[in-house]
Amino acid sequence: MIRYIIKRILMIIPVVLAVAIIIFAVMYFAPGDRASMTLGPGATQEEIYALREQLGLNDPFMVQLGKFLFQTFIKFDFGTSYISGLPVAGELAARFPNTLILALSVIVTQLIIGLPLGMVAAIHRDGVIDHICMLIAVIGISAPAFWIGLELMIIFSLNLNWFPASGVASLACWVLPITANSLRGIAQMARQSRSSMLEVINSDFMVTARAKGVPKGRLYMHYALPNALIPVIQTMGNSFGTSLGGAVIIESVFSIPGIGQYMVEAISSRDYPIIRGTSVVLAIAFSLIMLLVDLAFAFFDPRIKAQYEGSVARKKKVKKAVMSNG
Amino acid sequence: MAEKMTIAAVNEAEEVKKQNQFVETFKRLCRNKTALIGLIIVVIYILVAIFAQVLTPYDYAQMDPISANQAPSAAHWFGTDYMGRDILTRLMVGTRYSLGLGVGAIAIGVIVGIILGCIAGYFGGAAEELIMRFCDVLQAIPSTILAIVISMVLGTGFVNTIIAVGIGRIPLNARIIRAQFLSQRKLEYVEAAQATNTSQAKIMFGHILPNTISPLIVNSTMGIGGAIMIAAGLSFINLGVQPPTPEWGAMITAGKEFIRLYQYQVLYPGLFMAVFVLAVNLLGDGLRDALDPKLRT
Repeated sequence: MIRYIIKRILMIIPVVLAVAIIIFAVMYFAPGDRASMTLGPGATQEEIYALREQLGLNDPFMVQLGKFLFQTFIKFDFGTSYISGLPVAGELAARFPNTLILALSVIVTQLIIGLPLGMVAAIHRDGVIDHICMLIAVIGISAPAFWIGLELMIIFSLNLNWFPASGVASLACWVLPITANSLRGIAQMARQSRSSMLEVINSDFMVTARAKGVPKGRLYMHYALPNALIPVIQTMGNSFGTSLGGAVIIESVFSIPGIGQYMVEAISSRDYPIIRGTSVVLAIAFSLIMLLVDLAFAFFDPRIKAQYEGSVARKKKVKKAVMSNG
Repeated sequence: MAEKMTIAAVNEAEEVKKQNQFVETFKRLCRNKTALIGLIIVVIYILVAIFAQVLTPYDYAQMDPISANQAPSAAHWFGTDYMGRDILTRLMVGTRYSLGLGVGAIAIGVIVGIILGCIAGYFGGAAEELIMRFCDVLQAIPSTILAIVISMVLGTGFVNTIIAVGIGRIPLNARIIRAQFLSQRKLEYVEAAQATNTSQAKIMFGHILPNTISPLIVNSTMGIGGAIMIAAGLSFINLGVQPPTPEWGAMITAGKEFIRLYQYQVLYPGLFMAVFVLAVNLLGDGLRDALDPKLRT
């Protein structure tokens, strides 16, 4: 088990590095020159060249890439904003918690709303409850999150005045953005947990358990749920990624000072260090969560556990089994 | 008597086999009520996209300041925008752009994904290693973030947005196709094709691919809605397709400016989009069931 965990953690390093390289390479070819943007339209060719030299923009691609990787991963320095001149890293650190709240809330709401919804639908297969749950789920994945956000804002803050429309000043501010951002995840979770529950419910061991007279609550919670969990965890990981991306747009709908809003503001001014920093940080956060998902897999899925279990432990198990049988 | 019956059964089985798979799938799809509703709505949207200008008396680009910001009425079902243009007309014309965006992005993802997946799955070895690691890296970036970065580099516009959204779909498709190829490449019919000196490209695309395509069809149908929504999201943050192009996302964005005064300008474009995405998802669900060999009776 330990070997698997170490292997999986080591695997993340090249992936994160490659992500940073790809983002750097893509941005390298982006239009817009930092030097001429900083100096303004009145600058002469010599001035622009001098500043480019000073900023290292005249270096070959590989040298620039090396510098970028060194700065990012060794010194945790994401450069400074072209416009404000402030370091990107400090801004990222200050804003990251807001984005994380938004993205993690999706996972929480998935667990407390989506999963039960899917389970209930599966238990009452083809009944009225099933159809209602699945209708809600299919509508949830059909509307873009930012539009749902705008509509929630219209209804609950402009018309009813129940929740504030922007900012993070109070707890009430979070209600609308979290709802808008997690609706899709909840719907996905409901669909996934329904189908994986259905698969389990129809299996032989469930029939046996039912025949033995296991009470219904225990039957579903202790027998069916653990066996249906693996695709459910997978869905949670995936929708964390989606919600990180969704947070970028939701944050600008509700003016939440998170990483996404920072990124969106930088787009119009072509502030590349900010875009680079935010996308690298979001990609790293996503990779880390996927790592956790994989580790959770290993924890819940006996097949992976068995693959990495030491031969000694396996032998012991066999011995035990033989002895108990004898 | 018994012999006769078995012969009849065999004949019947052969008869069933001879039926076109496409027709068979379509029949199964039509038996599923929700999928049929989805299909009908999708067809209506396609017709609307083609005949948009014939169906409405208004022009989608004609500005008319006198009738600006009119609430929905009998003359303007969905109201008019701040330039006095009929919103329904613009939505109908916008179907071309949004549909084009969705289908185009999926097509890029499918074509490149198939090529990469075929190579990885058929040849294996170093090529497979390289392609799959590349997919790992692309998948480590959340798709919206990837679309934002690419869209920023390429700039706004219809084609650029298609590329920006489409690239994010490549790794998933490549993975699906590769997994399918791995299960097929050792089967007899591939060996037979190799033994008869069929070219490798023909084996890959002519022999194996048709046997592996159905999960990709399902996945891509479901993906169209997602692609349209990512493209709309890009418009919302000033990337993607920009106003005055009547793309649905761009129209929501334009309506956002007047959110306090004219709320219908946000409501209707979003609803119009959601209904289409809903229909595509229902159709995709139905296709998945229709193509699922486990559910065949």
